[in-house]
Amino acid sequence: MKFGIVVFPGSNCDRDVAYVTRLLQQPTRMVWHEETDISDLDVVIVPGGFSYGDYLRCGAIARFSPVMQQVVKHAKQGKFVLGICNGFQVLTEAGLLPGALIRNRDLHFICDRIPLKVERTDLPWTQSYTPGEIITLPIAHGEGQFYADEDTIKQLEDNSQVIFRYYGDNPNGSVNNIAGICNVTGNVIGMMPHPERAADPILGSTDGLGLFKGIGARSEELVVSG
Amino acid sequence: MRKYQAHIYVTLRPSVLDPAGTAVMSGLQHMGYDTVEQIRIGKYIELSLTAQDEDIARQQLDLICDQLLANPVIENYRFDLIEQRDGVSA
Repeated sequence: MKFGIVVFPGSNCDRDVAYVTRLLQQPTRMVWHEETDISDLDVVIVPGGFSYGDYLRCGAIARFSPVMQQVVKHAKQGKFVLGICNGFQVLTEAGLLPGALIRNRDLHFICDRIPLKVERTDLPWTQSYTPGEIITLPIAHGEGQFYADEDTIKQLEDNSQVIFRYYGDNPNGSVNNIAGICNVTGNVIGMMPHPERAADPILGSTDGLGLFKGIGARSEELVVSG
Repeated sequence: MRKYQAHIYVTLRPSVLDPAGTAVMSGLQHMGYDTVEQIRIGKYIELSLTAQDEDIARQQLDLICDQLLANPVIENYRFDLIEQRDGVSA
């Protein structure tokens, strides 16, 4: 699998993601936000950070960058897209995922490690996890409260599009404890927690590694295990 | 071409929780302003543009607001449009 990691002005988790995909010995390249050809990529990751300074709204301006038009095309072809934190916000702004991320319920920027329940393991992304598994991932966001109107939430639940839920305490007030969702076809996922920050034992946890292994494992045997 | 100034107000949809408004509300209550009943915090944007006439200016602004300035999932918007002549409001 060839990974591309989008770099917007203000992205700050891009290299952390590249560290992980390279750790897994997957070919990886950084994709500048002005690029208009990403046809060589199998997986696009929109990383965390503060794209375009998060001016106006988180992810609002990034949506109109040249590369995002290509990411939308990539997604519509059924190829894989993962949005992490600000990347999740960008994917909702771009209409690739439903809903929106609004200010945390308690107005605090939260930097913590949070237990999550893995709701779906039948997607390429999440196939490394076991059904109902509780994993712990870091979160770091001020605007991570997932919001959508009642009809949209019902559709998300009816279609099993919720892939991660906060387990126990709901840190930010997200509707139905939603921490991560996918599109109807399951090739596009977005999540507020940071799997790339829990993918190397040196960081104290490898609970996030499964996500990258899941998607990478589709094409070839993985070199790094566990 | 005519020149217009737009005053654009972006507000959270009524169904969306406004934590900032809620916090300011409790601040005012602490200060003793118990007659204040509700606060919603939004954004105010000034923008100037040229257009052939007011209708076209309004159409453009609708598009601009819908596409970028507001997120229809969580926000509503409205704007006032003022025609400018010789650098002053008409």
